[in-house]
Amino acid sequence: METKIQGILDRYPAEKTENLIPILQDIQDHDGFLSQESVIEVSKYLKMPSSRIFGVATFYNQFRFTPLGKYHIQVCRGTACHVLGSVTVLDEVEKNIGVKAGQTSRDGMFSLEVVACIGACGLAPVIAINGNFHAKVTCESIKEILDNYRNQE
Amino acid sequence: MEKTQVLVGLASCGIAAGAGKVYDKILDIRQAEKLDFSVKRTGCIGMCYREPLIEVIDATGSYLYGDVDENKALEIVEKHVKSGEPVKEYIVFTDLFKTEDNEFIEGQVKIALRNCGVIDPEDINEYETRGGYKAISGLVEGKVTPEAVIQNVIDSGIRGRGGGGFPTGTKWKFAYNSKSDVKYIICNADEGDPGAFMDRSVLEGDPHSVLEGMTIAAYAIGASDGVIYCRAEYPLAIKRLNIAIEQSKKKGYLGKNIFGKEGFNFDIYVKEGAGAFVCGEETALMASVEGKRGMPRKRPPFPAVSGLWKQPTNINNVETFANIPSIILNGPQSFNCYGTEKSKGTKVFALTGKIKRGGLVEVPMGITIREVIFKLGGGIQNNKKFKAVQMGGPSGGCIPEFLADTIIDYDSVNATGAIMGSGGMVVMDETTCMVDMARFFLDFTQKESCGKCTFCRIGTKRMLEILTRICEGEGKEGDIEMLEELAVHIKNTSLCGLGQTAPNPVITSLKYFRNEFEAHINNKKCPAGTCKKLLTYTVIADKCTGCTVCAKNCSVNAISGERKQPHFINQDACIKCGVCYNKCKFEAISLT
Repeated sequence: METKIQGILDRYPAEKTENLIPILQDIQDHDGFLSQESVIEVSKYLKMPSSRIFGVATFYNQFRFTPLGKYHIQVCRGTACHVLGSVTVLDEVEKNIGVKAGQTSRDGMFSLEVVACIGACGLAPVIAINGNFHAKVTCESIKEILDNYRNQE
Repeated sequence: MEKTQVLVGLASCGIAAGAGKVYDKILDIRQAEKLDFSVKRTGCIGMCYREPLIEVIDATGSYLYGDVDENKALEIVEKHVKSGEPVKEYIVFTDLFKTEDNEFIEGQVKIALRNCGVIDPEDINEYETRGGYKAISGLVEGKVTPEAVIQNVIDSGIRGRGGGGFPTGTKWKFAYNSKSDVKYIICNADEGDPGAFMDRSVLEGDPHSVLEGMTIAAYAIGASDGVIYCRAEYPLAIKRLNIAIEQSKKKGYLGKNIFGKEGFNFDIYVKEGAGAFVCGEETALMASVEGKRGMPRKRPPFPAVSGLWKQPTNINNVETFANIPSIILNGPQSFNCYGTEKSKGTKVFALTGKIKRGGLVEVPMGITIREVIFKLGGGIQNNKKFKAVQMGGPSGGCIPEFLADTIIDYDSVNATGAIMGSGGMVVMDETTCMVDMARFFLDFTQKESCGKCTFCRIGTKRMLEILTRICEGEGKEGDIEMLEELAVHIKNTSLCGLGQTAPNPVITSLKYFRNEFEAHINNKKCPAGTCKKLLTYTVIADKCTGCTVCAKNCSVNAISGERKQPHFINQDACIKCGVCYNKCKFEAISLT
């Protein structure tokens, strides 16, 4: 654990505390989430209380403190998606994978997140799975899309 | 004769619709058959409703094809590129003859989007062949004074495109007048307004115009460092910005002694946001760049006096910067010849929602809302009735149909209770419930409130509770008055724009659609048929053929009945999911 994070920390000078957010972003990119251990590691490196780091990390929606599923589903709940029925889309995804927004399925396959807007409003309603966009989804197409991911296993 | 060119729109939305596969397919065919034509990736062409889009430019003219998939791409290459015969049925726009989508393009004037969908955003040379970096090099070589540059921006009349509408030139003047060795330029690319994607399109389609705009600002106010604060949700925009910055540095357009001018040093780096709407507010944004919680602070001191790291800082929005090179190069009159008395130039809008032709449009100020929706946008999907348009996102409001002839400029839109905002235009039809929309926005602002000011933190929560209650049929007498009272207090006691404008969606909805609120509270009905808890699904016995489809598909077994006999819905068990309504082929389920 220690060595992995060390590689990230080495890229940023220890005295520049403004790099806190990029450091946390890099760690999350690498590990998928921010573990308690990694936050403590950062705290030692930047000589900053870990409470302050948690203060910053919990302020921003991007940071997670639990591991993600193998396939991370983001359901867009922006205005355009809302007007075109993203509530039903979210219901359908939740029903399909059996977890609520913010959770990871027990087999570690899917995790679900609600995002404010991914900026693909022209294709609403939109969901993104591991960064790949699926446009104009319907209850039927969701089933197909998710089954495709399941079949890849 | 020039080689035939094929352009593929590869912005995020194009890629989402499958443009990546189309691009690969075309490259494959070219390689396999050793064909002689050029293939180019480009940014957002704007017609999101027709993605994926490809444009073929040959000796006879340019042809834009829409809804292209791999098979259509193959056909287009086969017939058009190889044999010179355009495939008419897929063409959505061309200069040569009229198509049904003509009006979408014809009503537009492109200044900020001048290069989007035209150039390869990852190639600085293409930007330069379109006049790129000529504005800044002209200033340096002509030894134009900073004062003259600022005067030009003031004369153009451009106002902040992020939504505030503060005159850009005046802002620059403040920063210029602040004396300091270190000054900063920040580009606000934290486009958080849900339902808007103008800035993403500019960053993905023409990143160099933003860099040049920032460099001109740096020249004018004497700044040496620039930061682009971009949403982490826009990975492609961040990637293309970084490529653009690298290329500019190599050419000596960024770095030390730019364009050979001794002492003109300017560097730009990209800072990724971390998903906080409030960071679109300038003081919160700067706190975030400094690595802190993104919470706003009191102004004054304004950023022009004490901003990032307590140094004079000038912050502008992406679209504002994208306009600057054109204003400098072509003169202020090239910009202020469009628009109204107090709002000059053009504005980019993201036209979305229940609109036929949704996409990105750049229109001159002074055009009416109706023209944008019905002429460019082609009207409402499925020929439903137009009800309202939401402008300004969570800080704005819903403009009703009877005000659709309002002209688009900062002051006229403000007069309706909505705001110009950053340019989101979400169109709603008769099936959109306005109470639910108000609740949607309050849910957003309530989650995004940073928590510093009490009324914004707790007041928005109380408003959301009341609105949720109304949508669920539990609304009480006095709820509307309570909403109005809370709205006033939140507006008056919040420090930043988020809180000051958070109640706007509720206030405008109450102003124009009060009857819908009353119907929810007094009659327990949702006139638009959106609020689930207020709906009743019943079987129309005369129309029911007893086919049993509804009963089979009901997930809670709330429907009973014999085969070939009218069925019956048990209201206590019904969860109002609407599956029976959608599955019935005989329109035998009524929704009230």
